[in-house]
Amino acid sequence: MNRIFQRPASLLDRPTHFCPGCTHGIAHRLIAEAIDELGIRERTIGIPGVGCCVFLYHYFPIDVLEAPHGRAPACATGMKRAQPDKIIFAYQGDGDMAAIGTSEVIHAANRGENVTVFYINNSVYGMTGGQMAPTTLLGQQTTTSPYGRDFKSEGYPIRMAEMLATLEGVCYSTRVALHTPRHVNQARKAVIKALEMQNAEMGFSVVEMLSTCNTNWRVTPLEAIDMIENEMIPYYPLGVFKERTGKDFL
Amino acid sequence: MPYIVIDSERCKGCYFCVKYCPRNVIRESTMHNKTGYFPAEFIHEQEDRCTGCKTCAIMCPDTAIEVFK
Repeated sequence: MNRIFQRPASLLDRPTHFCPGCTHGIAHRLIAEAIDELGIRERTIGIPGVGCCVFLYHYFPIDVLEAPHGRAPACATGMKRAQPDKIIFAYQGDGDMAAIGTSEVIHAANRGENVTVFYINNSVYGMTGGQMAPTTLLGQQTTTSPYGRDFKSEGYPIRMAEMLATLEGVCYSTRVALHTPRHVNQARKAVIKALEMQNAEMGFSVVEMLSTCNTNWRVTPLEAIDMIENEMIPYYPLGVFKERTGKDFL
Repeated sequence: MPYIVIDSERCKGCYFCVKYCPRNVIRESTMHNKTGYFPAEFIHEQEDRCTGCKTCAIMCPDTAIEVFK
């Protein structure tokens, strides 16, 4: 009798602080599996943004730098330029990356910094209590949009993966979801691909993961899965928006 | 015969495994754990139906499931 599935070695045996049914845990495991598969644990540095992902250093046996709100891509830039042989990944939520740190991520992508950003899109500010984020869907009720998001006053949800794909420095931009086994397997391949492309010095790679926040959506974990399928994926289509095949810098 | 082991103290009771198990060999427990959640449990009476497909473990956000085959 062989053990065919267990905790990856790059994920510490520690209970997570995430709410029940939060797919942050799946994203953490996918990154740990990718680190193990590529054998880069000794030279990987993670940079979580501020949000529910902030305790990344509790769960990964790697070096972790804490960045101020939204500044993870800027910190990653400095780390990568100082130590180009290291694998640097930033792990940010949507409030962190799409609202507070929009300029940092856009300019890091535009410079073609050779780092990877994992972007968890759960359409609300999770840690601070479910306020409206730029990614909140139209009509979605949050604590700061109690009547539902209205495009006349709050604008439209922002599609970061498509936006970053237009920039020349980006080598890989994709959007995956974490709500069914099939999508989790696709996400696993995307995470490995992004880290491989960084290893090959192709440029900036971003993986957007549609995630659940059932606590702030005020639903059960299983209803949150259905909300991703029925409400988020129609607005945030899955797919690869940009993929470089070689180092075709202009 | 394949089987799974669920760490009931780590399980937070999201029941993703119960929803996605193709052979329905996982159910909600009636006993709560130390943290107050009702964890998922492997139905030992039907353990011969488990195929070791790892679907439950892939979906577990808390990595509380180990699969043996």
